Amino acid sequence: MTRRASMLSTVLLVLAGALWVGPYLWMVSTSFKSMQEIVKAPAVPIPSSLDPSAYAAVFEAVPVGRFFVNTLVMAVAIALLQIALALPAGYALAKLRFTGRRAAFGLVLACLIIPPQVTFVPVFTMLGSAGLVNTMAALVLPFGVSAFGTFLVRQAMLSVPDSIIEAARLDGASETYIIYRVLGPIVQPTLAALFLFSFVYHYSDYFWPLMMTTDDRVRTLPLAVALLREQGTGARWNIIMAGNVILSLPIFALFVVAQRRILRAVTARALS
Amino acid sequence: MKPLRPSHPYLFVAPTVMVLGVFFIYPLLLAFYRSFFAWDLLTEPIYVGAAHYATLWSSGELIETLGRTLSYSLVVVAFASSLGLCFAVGLNREGTIYAFVRGAIFSAYIVSWVAVGLLWLWILDGDAGILAVALRKLGLPATAWLSDPDTALMALAGVTVWKITGYAMVIFLAGLQDVPRSLLEAAALDGAGPWARFRHVTWPLLRPTAAFVATTSLILSFQAFDIVRVMTQGGPVKATTIFVYAIYESVFMNLRVGRASALTVVFFVLLLGLTGLQLWAWRLGRRTGGETA
Repeated sequence: MTRRASMLSTVLLVLAGALWVGPYLWMVSTSFKSMQEIVKAPAVPIPSSLDPSAYAAVFEAVPVGRFFVNTLVMAVAIALLQIALALPAGYALAKLRFTGRRAAFGLVLACLIIPPQVTFVPVFTMLGSAGLVNTMAALVLPFGVSAFGTFLVRQAMLSVPDSIIEAARLDGASETYIIYRVLGPIVQPTLAALFLFSFVYHYSDYFWPLMMTTDDRVRTLPLAVALLREQGTGARWNIIMAGNVILSLPIFALFVVAQRRILRAVTARALS
Repeated sequence: MKPLRPSHPYLFVAPTVMVLGVFFIYPLLLAFYRSFFAWDLLTEPIYVGAAHYATLWSSGELIETLGRTLSYSLVVVAFASSLGLCFAVGLNREGTIYAFVRGAIFSAYIVSWVAVGLLWLWILDGDAGILAVALRKLGLPATAWLSDPDTALMALAGVTVWKITGYAMVIFLAGLQDVPRSLLEAAALDGAGPWARFRHVTWPLLRPTAAFVATTSLILSFQAFDIVRVMTQGGPVKATTIFVYAIYESVFMNLRVGRASALTVVFFVLLLGLTGLQLWAWRLGRRTGGETA
């Protein structure tokens, strides 16, 4: 590549990057403006002063703390449950010989192509008749097993040599000990990818909590932020953008800390 | 390996099989069964045979919803995949700036749909939105894209492209790591320019990845809902009522569970078709990719 062509392509790529960074900056900038400022001069990129009142208004309008705790509890519970159940299932599917193994694995593969968008209507009525709508259980249990996660853990277990398991058995280790204490640490990179993938997905999820809850006690942060726009007359963009910043900040922070692992979690799907 | 006790494997897979059975397989069967009833969640269900399917078809609603969903999905797939490929090839090099641009583009993929939807609702606002204001300053026409039935769906598709291009880019970047540097160097020594190297070395090796990206993003965008709920609520005049939103509207706004179930069944059959397409494309991509390499 000639020097000039390479310069040109760099400039183009940085401009493209600005298409992604620009909207984020615009979100942050709007969140520090007052409503008068937005009405008077909407396109001014930098607020006249750093006015945190929109953030105060968000905390006033919704119990951010409770929603945040709800979201964290839900996302962590789902991710941990998926790992806890995928380990024994992955072990049995990868390592143990038993009648029905192919059928069980076939079930896992079949569920890979059934998204929540297909199951939410019947599951909503099922949870309704079980009295579970508006509970944390309605948010966590339907995702307690991840077909994709089970598949990933099974694939990881396939490459663990049988001799490790045999040695542990000779030492008198129980199967539970082998699954969680011997194999768990060996497939740890897969488990970390599964945890991050699930956590990020469910932290941000809007669809399922919207369908299964109406009660503030169990509702999650994405719902609360979306409601900032629906309540009141006229959109107060500074407050909505402040809500957006509060909602996105934890994900950005996680991304900065664990970028490589998150990327591995996302590409795992492609490489498997 | 032989299990220590014959019951062990069954105990180990039992929780997984139970949860998948209760929350995936049984609901699917239940939706199929309920699609033959009229039910408003309050009174007793009434058996109506295939009436829901018949009206969905004869009213033209099914075809219209499917048409909207497909045009949204195809635009998203075409732009997100090709942009993702361009960015992956362009940004596949060392350097802090490139790493930062990669991170910025990818970050949109993991941020909540709610945040992305609200942000673009503000940017695309017809009166005070930055895009309209900027266009008017330049003397160009600007409208409220999201409240115009002719532009709303494509505006949503544009925002979706913004959100998932980073996903396509990351998968293509992973695929590019499998292109041997020596092959590219050999081609360069033979006098192949950047375009020829891409066309004859990189692209044939990337074809399976491209098939994967295109089909997964097709299936993902076919399932879109959040962005519609946040940005347009299916309007104006149904212009953005794509499949999952139509199901949602049936059950939660109109309390028509049977009709929503019929829509769900049709939706699942379409997804099965797309999955078939996906498997076919992967196989094809693998084969032609392997031959050229």
